[in-house]
Amino acid sequence: MTQGPTFARRAFVLCGAALVAMPRPARATPEEVAAVIKEVTGGAELKPGRVKLDIPVMVENGNAVGLTAGVEAAEPRCTDLYLFAERNPLPRALHASFGPAAGRTELATRMRLATSQTVVAVARLEDGTFWTDGVDLIVTLAACLE
Amino acid sequence: MARVLLHMKKTAAPGEIVEVKLLISHPMESGQRKDETGQMVKRNIIHSFRCTYNGAEVLRLDLHPAIAANPYLAFSLRAEKSGTVEMRWVDDEGAEGSASAPLEVG
Repeated sequence: MTQGPTFARRAFVLCGAALVAMPRPARATPEEVAAVIKEVTGGAELKPGRVKLDIPVMVENGNAVGLTAGVEAAEPRCTDLYLFAERNPLPRALHASFGPAAGRTELATRMRLATSQTVVAVARLEDGTFWTDGVDLIVTLAACLE
Repeated sequence: MARVLLHMKKTAAPGEIVEVKLLISHPMESGQRKDETGQMVKRNIIHSFRCTYNGAEVLRLDLHPAIAANPYLAFSLRAEKSGTVEMRWVDDEGAEGSASAPLEVG
């Protein structure tokens, strides 16, 4: 990932001190994110709807942000679910494939968020269509690890 | 591997949706962080995870550094007949972890 020279020269600060002097972290560019998502869809049309992303819009601590994502409807079945954090240094977060023994095609986990940004869920249904949901959120304390 | 907490009900009716909640103790070192000497800390995350129920796949995951330390995963499976729910995962250093629980259906 690209990093400014200023950032490279600075010693990394501990999480506590980061509140005061957080070096600007490397971030993915919108073009990179679009490319990563296109890799997943293979260029197929991405429509809003069907998939639902539940994540708080005000995040106090970006180190562990709880979320639930998935497709509620059983038909057509969701085969794959992807999560992207658009302004993390590495926007890919997760890829889930649901097998024949899966119950609901939903998943809950906790993510790291480097900064205020849009988190995007993309679902592939068994009919080959892709659906998306995005949530704009504000992160007060960024994930220092990112 | 490290400590694992698995929460799942032990008995279910046929066709019932059973929630599986898993908490794995793991640093999920992102590889984006520097230590106090300015060296990049080597990435070490759990990158693959798979859950099966009586051999049939429930869920397969590719995880990336954006997953928080001590990964929490919650998902569900459809109970059919009594058997075992098994989970396996591996990190960048090749360390494998697993968890399993019996499920009685009837």
